[in-house]
Amino acid sequence: MNTGFAITTGSMFATIISVANINWHGMFFAIFALAACAMAVAVVLTDNVVRMAFYLVLSLGATAGLFFLAGAEFVGAMQLMIYVGGTLVLLVFGVMLTAQAPFVSMKTPQRDWVLASILAVCLLAVLVQASVGVDAWRTAAVSVGGGVQREAPEPSATPLGMALLGMRVDNDSSGIVTPSIRSGYLLPFEIVSIHLLVVLVGAAYLARAKRRRTPRAVETAGQSELKEEVRVAS
Amino acid sequence: MNFFNILAEPVGVSHYLLVGAVLFTAGVVCMVIKRNALGVLMGIELVLNGANINFIAFGSPVLRGESTVSIGLDGQAIALFVILLAAAEAAVALAITLNFYNNHATVDVDRAEDLKG
Repeated sequence: MNTGFAITTGSMFATIISVANINWHGMFFAIFALAACAMAVAVVLTDNVVRMAFYLVLSLGATAGLFFLAGAEFVGAMQLMIYVGGTLVLLVFGVMLTAQAPFVSMKTPQRDWVLASILAVCLLAVLVQASVGVDAWRTAAVSVGGGVQREAPEPSATPLGMALLGMRVDNDSSGIVTPSIRSGYLLPFEIVSIHLLVVLVGAAYLARAKRRRTPRAVETAGQSELKEEVRVAS
Repeated sequence: MNFFNILAEPVGVSHYLLVGAVLFTAGVVCMVIKRNALGVLMGIELVLNGANINFIAFGSPVLRGESTVSIGLDGQAIALFVILLAAAEAAVALAITLNFYNNHATVDVDRAEDLKG
């Protein structure tokens, strides 16, 4: 029944209509890509910092969906856990700590918008030209001839985990030529772990509560001295 | 245009690169025009995500075409490191922003001119 419909209405429309031949990979890619791009543009266009944080959560979540579609499940899960679950919560905390009335929505001057849009158009033109310019990048590994027979990629968590431990166990089963010198990522892994520790200590040191230097500092300092006196007395 | 009909054509690396380009541009514009320091931070996150999409696309086994050059697992590993470093960067930048807010009672980056000569 699908073939007759396809002949009459054209192959493209039939691809959309017939459930058997629909390219689910492409459809989900379209959904996630549109969500990621639209939310990223919404982050730029809105002035409210709370809404910016919300749009950023949606954009990063859609990006995680794109990672899943590209066969990088482990990185997609890490994107959801670290980025959406950790970094964005941190940003939302920052928004809440500084969300006073004049800072929630700060307008950008009109001339800055003009300059920024010129910059955006130029940058986007260069990047788009670079990304569609190479023919080898435009064709996928598996063509959708009669039905989608995309072979399922191997789970990527095990090779990635072994690579982080310094051993490469990924084989080039798909005919991809890998470099002859294969090395793991043990040293970068250790460097990143030490870096995270240093960063945590540094952030806690930088963000610790201090006495203010603003004119209100006199009052708060007086109050804290009062509290200390009370604490000593009790 | 066969390239944009991704329901009929398989998704290639170029499609991912286009999404990455849009995210990168949005992030750069966000960094440039936002006056809130937290908005600048969000622009940085967008830029890093655009770069990450490119790494994942070039390292993906399902997106590669007939081209023989691939970065394989390196793409995913680099993307993982980028995510970790972005988390660290966000923590430090947020601490600096809070410090600035405590000292100046504002998060407007245009008011940060103590070092202006």
